[in-house]
Amino acid sequence: MTWLGSPKFPDAARAALADTQLRRNLRNATTTIRGRRAEAVDELPDWEELRRAGEAIKEQVLHHLDTYLEQLEAAVTRRGGTVHWARDAAEANAVVRDLVGDAEEVVKVKSMTTAEIGLNEALAAAGVHAVETDLAELIVQLGDDRPSHILVPAIHRNRAEIREIFRAAGLEAESDDPRVLAEAARAHLRRKFLSCDVAISGANFAVADTGSVVVLESEGNGRMCLTLPRRLITVMGIEKVVPTWQDLEVFLQLLPRSSTAERMNPYTSVWTGVTPGDGPQEFHLVLLDNGRTATLADPEGRQALRCIRCSACLNVCPVYERTGGRSYGSVYPGPIGAIITPQLVDDPRDEQAASLPFASSLCGACFEVCPVRIDIPEVLTHLRAEVVRARGRDAESVAMAAAAWVFASPRRYAAAQKLGSLARFLARDGRLSRLPGPGAAWTSSRDAPVPAREPFREWWRKNRG
Amino acid sequence: MADARASILAGIRAALRDRPPTPPVPRAYRRTGEASVELLAERVAHYRAAVHVVAEDGLGALLGDLLAGRVVVAPADLPWDVPGVTWLRDDPPLPLDRLDEADGVLTGCAVAIAPTGTIVLDAGAAQGRRALTLLPDYHVCVVRADQVAGSVPEALARLDPTRPLTFISGPSATSDIELDRVEGVHGPRTLVVVIVRGAT
Repeated sequence: MTWLGSPKFPDAARAALADTQLRRNLRNATTTIRGRRAEAVDELPDWEELRRAGEAIKEQVLHHLDTYLEQLEAAVTRRGGTVHWARDAAEANAVVRDLVGDAEEVVKVKSMTTAEIGLNEALAAAGVHAVETDLAELIVQLGDDRPSHILVPAIHRNRAEIREIFRAAGLEAESDDPRVLAEAARAHLRRKFLSCDVAISGANFAVADTGSVVVLESEGNGRMCLTLPRRLITVMGIEKVVPTWQDLEVFLQLLPRSSTAERMNPYTSVWTGVTPGDGPQEFHLVLLDNGRTATLADPEGRQALRCIRCSACLNVCPVYERTGGRSYGSVYPGPIGAIITPQLVDDPRDEQAASLPFASSLCGACFEVCPVRIDIPEVLTHLRAEVVRARGRDAESVAMAAAAWVFASPRRYAAAQKLGSLARFLARDGRLSRLPGPGAAWTSSRDAPVPAREPFREWWRKNRG
Repeated sequence: MADARASILAGIRAALRDRPPTPPVPRAYRRTGEASVELLAERVAHYRAAVHVVAEDGLGALLGDLLAGRVVVAPADLPWDVPGVTWLRDDPPLPLDRLDEADGVLTGCAVAIAPTGTIVLDAGAAQGRRALTLLPDYHVCVVRADQVAGSVPEALARLDPTRPLTFISGPSATSDIELDRVEGVHGPRTLVVVIVRGAT
C-alpha cells in the first residue's frame, strides 16, 4: 500500500512544495470543497448526533467484528453469493485472479481497497487488463500516474493537462472543457461496459444481517460495472461491515455530505447476493484483512478502522494542501493516511510508512470534520511515540517532545505559530533551513515547510468560528 | 496453507482480548422530516434534473409531451400508455444493445426522499430490472405523492434491502476535473422527475 521506492514524507514534500502548478491546483480544489462541505453539513441541525451515532456503530462493529463477519458470510451465501477470505494482498490478488477466469479485460469501479493491494498490477502480471472506469481513475491510469486524493484522485491535474493525457492515450477531445473531456471518456468506456464479462468493485458498506453490499458513486460507471457484466467480484476490507440495514440511515447521511459535499451522491447501488434476471448472475465477495486485525490489536490505534474513506480530513489539512497526496507515498494520503498506512504496514523498519505520522501539525481540523469522530491527532501522537520507541531516543524524539510541549497548551501553540509566520521572511527560496527554539532539532535533519501566511488556527477561526 | 478464514477470525479474537464494552448506539438524530411534494421538487431541481408536478388527470398529457416521437424502453408492467411513442417493452428481456440504442426510458419508483431530492428504484412495480434505467440516455421517472418520505431513516424503513436498489439523486455527474460539475457521464444524461399530487 506504500509505493515502492517512494521517498520519506519530508523529502517528497520538499519536491512537491517547489511545484507551483501542483500547489495552485491543490489550493483551488481544497478551498472549494472545504466551503461546499461546510454548507452541506450546516444544513443538518442533527449533524453532531449523526456523528455520535456513526462513531458508536463503527465501535460496535470493531468490538464484535468476528460475529458480524460470520453473519455477513452466512447472509451473502444464503442469497447465492460466494464469500472468500484473504489474509493479505497476495492472497486477495490470487483469489481475484482465479475468479477472473479466462477474461482478458475486466472493468473496475474506483476502489481504495483494490488500490491498496495493487490489484491492477497483479492482474497485469497475469495478462489481464483492468480498465478503470471512474473518470479521475481513468485520467490517473492513462497518465501512468498515481492518485493524489481519496475522492478525486486526479485533483492535482488541471483541464489542459488532462486533455494532453487523453491525447497521448488516443482519446481525442476537441477542447479542454470538462464537458468535452467527460464525453470523450463516455464514448471510450461505453463499448467496454457493453462487452466486458467480469467486473471488479470495492464496497462502501456491507450489511451483516441481510448480506447487502453498498456502493456510492456519481458517474454511473459504478452502476454499469455492478449491473451489466455476468460476474461481479467485490473486494472489501473486513472493517466495512455494519450490523443492520437501519445503520445505513446514519452513513447515507454522513458520507455524501462529508465527501462530495452533496445532500446525496447521484447514485447508490445496493445488492444482495444474486437476483435472477437482474444484474450479475455470479457474485463473489472477497473479505480482506491485510493488516486490519493487527491494527485492531492496538487499543489506541484501532479507531482508525472506523474510517469510511470520505476524505474530508484531506481537504481541511494544511499539510495536505501544501504537499499534495502523492507526497505521502501511500494509497491513503492526508491525515487519515498518516494513521492508517503505518498501522496496516505494521513494520517499524518501513522508513517511509514510519515517516507519515510526522506529516502533521496536529492542528486538529481533521478531527473536527471526521464524520465518525476519529481522533486523528491522538492516534498520530501515539504512533509517533511508537516510532520513537522503535528507534531509541534521538534528536527527532527530542524535537517531538518539544512539539508535544508546545501543542499541549493552546497559548504556547498560538505563540509558536506567530513566530512561525515571522519565519516566512527568513526564507529566500520558499524553504526554511532552520527553525528557532525547540524546532531546531527537527530542521537539523530536514527542511520545514514555510508556515502559512495566516496560521491555520486563525483561518479556522475566521472561516468556521 | 492454513485456512485464511480461520486464521483471520482467530486474529480478530486475539486482537480483541480486551473485548471492550460497547455502549448502546445513541440515536438522537432526527428520524422524521418534511415529506412534501414541494420540498422534493425543489431538491431534485437543485441537481439540475427537470421536475414537473402534476395532478393525476394531467399525467397522461405531460408524459405525451415528454416522450412523443421517441423510442422508449418500458418495464413489462408499465401502467401508463402514451400515444405517439414507439415502445420497447422489456418482455422478453431486451438485449443490451437495444437498450443502448433507445431514446429513453419511462419508469415509476419505490420511494422518494424529499430533503435529499432522491428517488429510489427497487426493481418492483413499474420499474423493471436495473439495466433499463441505466443505458438509455433519458430517464423519465414518475413519483406518486404517497411514495415521498420525509427523511433518509423513513425511506430506508420502507425499503426491502434484499431487493436490488438504486438511489438516484439527479443525473449522472462528475466533478473530477477541477471540481467543475458536469452532468451526464455514463448514466442517463437527462433525468426528468414527474411528481403526481395525491387526491386532495
